[in-house]
Amino acid sequence: MQAKNSGNRLGFIFWISIAWIVLVVFSAITASWWTIPEPDKMDWDNLSSLPGTITDKAIFQNRSDEKASSYTYLLGTDTMGRDLVSRIVYGSRISLSVGLLAPMIGLLVGGFLGCLAGFYRGPLESTIVAVMDIILAFPGLVLLLAVTFYLGANLQNLIFSLGLLTIPVFCRVARAKSLALSGLEFVQAARLTGAGSMTILFREIVPNVVVPVAIYGLLVVAFMIMAEGALSFLGLGIPSPTPSWGGMIAEGKEVLDESPHISMIPAAIMFMTVVSFNLIGDCLRSYFERGKRQL
Amino acid sequence: MQILGKKAFRFVLVVLAVSALTFLMINLLPGDVAYVVGGEEATLADIEAIRNNLGLDQNILVRYLSWLKNAASGDLGESYLTREPVLGTIIVRLPVTLELLIISQCMALMLALPLGIVGAYRSDSMVDRFVNGIGFATLSIPSFVMALLTIYLFSIKLRWLPATGYVPLSVNIGANLKSFILPGLSIAMIEWVVLMRVLRSDMITTLGQNYILMAKAKGLPPWRVLLQHALRPSSFTLITVLGMQIGRHLGEAVIVETIFALPGIGRLLIDSIYARDYQMVQGCVLLITIGYVIINSVVDLLYTVLDPRIRTEGGHAG
Repeated sequence: MQAKNSGNRLGFIFWISIAWIVLVVFSAITASWWTIPEPDKMDWDNLSSLPGTITDKAIFQNRSDEKASSYTYLLGTDTMGRDLVSRIVYGSRISLSVGLLAPMIGLLVGGFLGCLAGFYRGPLESTIVAVMDIILAFPGLVLLLAVTFYLGANLQNLIFSLGLLTIPVFCRVARAKSLALSGLEFVQAARLTGAGSMTILFREIVPNVVVPVAIYGLLVVAFMIMAEGALSFLGLGIPSPTPSWGGMIAEGKEVLDESPHISMIPAAIMFMTVVSFNLIGDCLRSYFERGKRQL
Repeated sequence: MQILGKKAFRFVLVVLAVSALTFLMINLLPGDVAYVVGGEEATLADIEAIRNNLGLDQNILVRYLSWLKNAASGDLGESYLTREPVLGTIIVRLPVTLELLIISQCMALMLALPLGIVGAYRSDSMVDRFVNGIGFATLSIPSFVMALLTIYLFSIKLRWLPATGYVPLSVNIGANLKSFILPGLSIAMIEWVVLMRVLRSDMITTLGQNYILMAKAKGLPPWRVLLQHALRPSSFTLITVLGMQIGRHLGEAVIVETIFALPGIGRLLIDSIYARDYQMVQGCVLLITIGYVIINSVVDLLYTVLDPRIRTEGGHAG
């Protein structure tokens, strides 16, 4: 819908978004190798300091390299004097692992059920659709709050319960795609060659459903990052001191008038990540649709 | 009519599933439920009373059925912290949440209507592309960030309105509405995009119809063609989406009420979670979910009744 690009090429916006995501993923993986303070290291002389503040205190206790004698808080510090760069980089681990793993559950379970429903039809389809309708009947955030409240908020539970919520969404997309595919010539051809229905399902239907469903999954990733952020913001995500973007935004909420950067910087980082996933999904979708039309 | 029966059946099924799940939540807690529910300061007598109250010595199915019977007659138990009846507390808080939802939807419409109409009238123009781009970006802003941005802009920078300070409707209507402006706005600023897109695409279809050409040929000015001839037939899907969004925003209300300290049902849920008030959490989840299911079913039914095309296709879930 957005991102108009000329011809059948992925535009500039697409590559910028890819670059940002690569940067975020790279920093999440390499976080512990950076010369940054630990995310919970407090510097009482630099509370809520602005981006660019320089400290000459030795904030790296067990490092002897020369760089450690002074340190620039590129993005400033929070109300407890913790480095925002470090907290954002370490916090990206939570956002990314929830954002990427939860939709994976939905993609595998929901995608498979959707293919089954769309391919076999009949009572199997009605049962799957009915179960999905029941999951969809819950208001997502409230279900999430309840599950993490009763089972405890740790990474596993969070990924599992968010993943559960994405199952119906993927199921619906996969069902629609496989329904459309089941009537096409190449499936008929496979049937005529005497292939069994399981073979057709896995060799003909599933490979053709994977790409559109996975592209759709990028939009779900964006949504999951926001949902995790909302939970952490309410203090019901991964408990502190583990840094998370939503938690950081919540911590800055109290000092929004004096030091808005404490909330706004993580909010901006989260926004850029979410918008990048959305843009990539959107660009790929129109790219593949255009490709199909040209055939 | 067969479809009505089918939908009613599904509605009952969903409500049962919702209630079973909410019931199970409190009963699947690790350890002795009575100790967890009673909290750390509970005396032995308290524990005994709780155990009696929850009927823990009975079979889980029997317990579920009796809980269901009580819930159906409006008895959701009482909070172990405040000793207040759960249902009564929720009913007191409900109007605040409803007011928030209604005000935010009205604000979203005020943004979506003009932008959608202009977007359809001059589709693919600079204005249209700009609005669409802003809309795309807006959908990537979570509601809690939008709420903070609203507070930052309107109450810290511009100092127009305070960020918190709820005034009950019964005290002062003007002040009450004023306390809903920022919370409503932070939902509406995200909400308008969906409404605008729906209206815009329907309106583009309508504007291609012959009777619009006729109206233009008569020499009517564009605003009359748009507002008097095109708007009404284009707003059908818009109304449906509006109804569905109200259900969806029960979740959003939790966040917005917490940030702006509005004493609604969402805030009650969060406060009960913080206070580990299990009975209250159970009641809130049950009522919010059933409210959500009811709203969605009513919208779904209205859609079926109003639009003959849907009737033959059956379910239009979600």
